[in-house]
Amino acid sequence: MTGDWIDVGALVEIPLRGARTIKAANGEEIAIFRTAGNRLYALVNRCPHKQGHLSQGIVHGDAVTCPLHNWRISLSTGEALGEDEGCVPTIPVRADAGRILISRIAMLATLAA
Amino acid sequence: MDFQGTGIGAENRDDAPDTVGTQRLVVIGNGMAGCRAVEEILARDPGRFRITIFGAEPHVNYNRIMLSPVLAGEKSFDEIVINDAAWYADNGIELVAGDPVAAIDRAARTVTANSGRTVGYDRLLIATGSDPFIIPVPGKDLPGVISFRDMKDVDAMLAAADRGGDAVVIGGGLLGLEAAHGLSLRGMKVTVLHLMPTLMERQLDEAAGWLLKTELERRGQTILTGADTAAIVGDGKVEGVALKDGSTIPASLVVMAVGIRPSTALARAAGLAVGRGIQVDDHMVTSDPAILAVGECVEHDGQVYGLVAPLWEMCRALADGLVAEPSGYRGSVTSTKLKVSGIDVFSAGDFSGGDGAEDIVLRDAARGIYKRVVLREDKVVGAVLYGDTADGSWYFDLLRKGDDVSSIRDLIIFGQAFAQGGGQADPKAAVAALSDDAEICGCNGVSKGKVVASIQAGACSLDAVRATCKASASCGSCTGLVENLLALALGDAVESGPKTICKCSSFTHDDVRREIVAQELRSIPEVMQKLHWTTPDGCSSCRPALNYYLLCAWPGAYVDDQQSRFVNERLHANIQKDGTYSVVPRMWGGLTNPRELRAIADVVEKYDAPMVKVTGGQRLDIFGIRKEDLPAVWADLNAAGMVSGHAYGKALRTVKTCVGSEWCRFGTQDSTGLGVKAEKMSWGSWMPHKFKIAVSGCPRNCAEATIKDFGVICVDSGYELHVGGNGGIKLRGTDLLCKVATEQQALDHIAAFIQLYREEAWYLERTAPWIERVGIDHVRRRIVEDAVGREALTARFLFSQSFSQDDPWAARAAGKDREQHAHLGEFRPLEILAAEGAR
Repeated sequence: MTGDWIDVGALVEIPLRGARTIKAANGEEIAIFRTAGNRLYALVNRCPHKQGHLSQGIVHGDAVTCPLHNWRISLSTGEALGEDEGCVPTIPVRADAGRILISRIAMLATLAA
Repeated sequence: MDFQGTGIGAENRDDAPDTVGTQRLVVIGNGMAGCRAVEEILARDPGRFRITIFGAEPHVNYNRIMLSPVLAGEKSFDEIVINDAAWYADNGIELVAGDPVAAIDRAARTVTANSGRTVGYDRLLIATGSDPFIIPVPGKDLPGVISFRDMKDVDAMLAAADRGGDAVVIGGGLLGLEAAHGLSLRGMKVTVLHLMPTLMERQLDEAAGWLLKTELERRGQTILTGADTAAIVGDGKVEGVALKDGSTIPASLVVMAVGIRPSTALARAAGLAVGRGIQVDDHMVTSDPAILAVGECVEHDGQVYGLVAPLWEMCRALADGLVAEPSGYRGSVTSTKLKVSGIDVFSAGDFSGGDGAEDIVLRDAARGIYKRVVLREDKVVGAVLYGDTADGSWYFDLLRKGDDVSSIRDLIIFGQAFAQGGGQADPKAAVAALSDDAEICGCNGVSKGKVVASIQAGACSLDAVRATCKASASCGSCTGLVENLLALALGDAVESGPKTICKCSSFTHDDVRREIVAQELRSIPEVMQKLHWTTPDGCSSCRPALNYYLLCAWPGAYVDDQQSRFVNERLHANIQKDGTYSVVPRMWGGLTNPRELRAIADVVEKYDAPMVKVTGGQRLDIFGIRKEDLPAVWADLNAAGMVSGHAYGKALRTVKTCVGSEWCRFGTQDSTGLGVKAEKMSWGSWMPHKFKIAVSGCPRNCAEATIKDFGVICVDSGYELHVGGNGGIKLRGTDLLCKVATEQQALDHIAAFIQLYREEAWYLERTAPWIERVGIDHVRRRIVEDAVGREALTARFLFSQSFSQDDPWAARAAGKDREQHAHLGEFRPLEILAAEGAR
C-alpha cells in the first residue's frame, strides 16, 4: 500500500559503510546506514550512552562504533554490543528500485515515544 | 498442414497424434522455462494437452546460460540446443518460432501473434522471461549498442569482434563480466564500467569483488568501478562512452548488461495482477485461474528470480499442480558461479551479514583464496568463495537443508574433506596427527619436526618460534598451526605474543607496517586479503590504522578511504558532546591580524556560535556549529585567507610560540618566526596521533616546549631540540635530542623526527609512549648520529608533504563531498498527522 513507506532519497546518496540522516520536524534525527554487505538500517541518531550521533560513527560489519565513546551498536537490533548495555530504537527501512523507503508508521511511533 | 511464421515441426492440431488429449495448452515463450515446463508436464501425463509454443526468436529451445561459452568460443550454437526439432515433432508440439505473441484475450481465451494468427487455449502458460534493462542515457539507440540476452546479441558481438577495436561493457555483474571475458578472448580491448564500488556486488562481498577485479585487470581488462555513464556518444554509430566525471572511453561496441527486468507487458495488457513480475501462487497460477506463468517473468511471494535453478523448481511445481498431485513452490535459495574460465567464484544465500550473523573467513594469500561462510544460529545462511570453489555445492547443500553445523564449526571453513574427516574435529588433534616431516610453513619450508624442536629448545611464544625457525614469519597463514603446536607442546605455558592490531588479525602493528612495504600492499582490501584478516571488512580499530599506514607508505599514490576515518577527520571539525562541531582555523605560530579576527567574529555571529575560546595552542576555537553549516563556515573563513587548523586530526595541530627576540627582553632567537616556518613546513601531514610543536625564545620556556612532541628552546648559541613530551593523560617531559646551530638545521631535524615517528609508531600511539617503547637512543641513532639517514627521512617527509598540503576546507566548501553534511531528507510528523486527520 502506498503511503506506508516514505521515499527519503536515492540509495546512491549513502556510500557503502556510510550513513546519512533524516531530519524530523521535532528536532530528532534518524540515521540510515548502508553496510559493506549493502544492507540498509535505520536507527534513531542517538547513542543510548550519551546521545552521540551514531550516523557519524565508523560502520563495520553490521555494527557502528559511536564517535563519542566508542560504544558499538548493532545496526539490526539497536542493542549495545560487548560489555555495554543500552538500546536505541530501530525503524524498518528498505531499498526499492534504487530508492530508500522508510516505514512511516514506525517513524511516527518512534518519534512520538 | 498449417505452417505459420517460421514454425518448424509444426503439427496442425487436427493432425495431432491420437494420444494427445483434447485440452489445449498454449505456451508463450520458447525459452528455458517454457520448454522445461512442457517437459515436466509431458513426463507426468503425455496425453493431457495439445500443445502450441510461441517463441519470439527464430530458434528451437536453447540453453541461454550457455551463451557466454558461445561468445567465448568454447561452444557452438548446436552444442547449446536443449530440444531439437525432433523433440517438438515427437511430442506433437507445434512450435511457432519467430512470431511473438502480441495480445491475450482472456474472455475469448485466445492469443494472437504478430502475424495475426490466433490460437485458442484452455490453459495458457506465460514464460516470457525477462528483458535486458537499458539505461536511459543519450545515445542508447545508436548502432553498436547492444544487450547480452540472446543469440542475436552474440552474433552482433562476434561480428564486432571480427572488426577488432575497443569494447565497453556497461555493468560489472555476472552477465557483463561474461560478455567482457568473451570479447576479450575474441581480441577486443575491453573496458568494464560498473556503477558500484565493487564488481558483482549482488553475488560477492567487497573482498571477493576486489580479488576478482585484480584478476581481470591482470588479464588485460580495464575495470572502472564507481563509473557512472552520462551518455553514449557517436555520429551515426557508437564511438565512445562519456562518464559523469567528464572522461570519455572510446568504443566501437557497447554492451549494456546492467540488469534484467521481468517481461510483463503482455500480462499487464491482459489485466493480470502484476507487481515486479506476474504474480503467481504456489502452483504458478496467476490471478486468472486459466493462466499460469513460470520463470523470470513471475513474482512469487514478493521475489523475482534471474537465475536458472529456481526455474526448474517452479516448473516442477507447475506440472505437479496442473497434471499430478499439487506440491507447491516455496521459493528458492540460489547460488551463483561465474562462467569465466580460470576464475572460480561461487556465492550462495545471504552473505550480507545482519542480525546474529557470524562470519568465518579464511584468506590464503599464497593461493589467492578467499572463503567466507556466514552462520546464523549454527546454520549456514550464506557463502562466498573465491579461488577455490570445490566445496561450494557442499556449503549450498548445508544451507538448503538448514543443518545444524555447530559440531563442525571449527573446521567448516576448510571444506568437506576436513570437516567430515572423522576423528579430526579438534584442530589440535589434527595437528598432533601430522607426521614430523609434514610442512607447516610453506614460505620458509619449515616442517612440523623443526617447529617442535624449536619449541622444545625454549621458544615459548609465537614470536620466539618465528625468530628461531622462521615458521609463520613470512605470510603468516600458518600462524594457527604454529599456535596449535605451541599449545600441544606447552599447554598453559605458552606466552602470549605482542598485542595484535585488533581482533580481526593475528598480526601486530609492526607486522602490518612491515608487510605493507615488503609486499607492496596498496589498498585496505589487499592488506586484509594478504594478511589473512578474519573479518570481511575489519572494524573501527583496524580500518583507521590501515588507512593511515597505507597513506604513510605510499604518499601521493594511495587513495584515502573516507569510511575508514574517524568522524572528525571525515568532517574536518571536532565533534562535541551535543553533536555540533567546533571549528579551529590555523593561526600560523599563534599570529593573527584584524582581517582574520573580523572573519572569525563574523562567523560567530552569522552562525550563532554560542562560544569562542582561546585554545591551549594559541588559536581560536568556534563552538556549536551545526554539521550542515560547516561548508559555509569554511567558505567564509577561506575567504579571509584562513585554512583548516587540523584541530580534529591525527596530524600536526599547533605550533605554540613566545614572542622571542623581536619583543622580549630575554629572547635569544626569533622563536615566533621559527614557529611559523615549522608550521608552514609540517601542516597537513597525517600522523599516527596528534602532534604538537612549540618554540620558546629562551630557557624561561614560555611556550612550554618541554611537554610537546617536538620542542625547541632557543639559546644564545643556537637551538636545543627536545622530543617526546606530553601534557596529556600521563605527563611526560621531553628528552633532549640534540643541539643545533642554525634555524635550517632545526627545521631539518623537525622534519626527520616527524617522519621517523610517522614511519615507526603504531596508530594512536603518541610520541611519548613510542619513545618509551623504542628508547631515545634509537631515535638519536637514527636522527643525530646518522646524518645520511636523517637527510633521507627529511627528504621523505618533504616528498610526502608535496601531496598533503592542500586545505581540506577549501575542497569541501567548493562542493566536493559537500552533500555529506546535508540531511538526506526531512520528515515532518505534524504535517503527516494533520493529513491523517483523525489523530
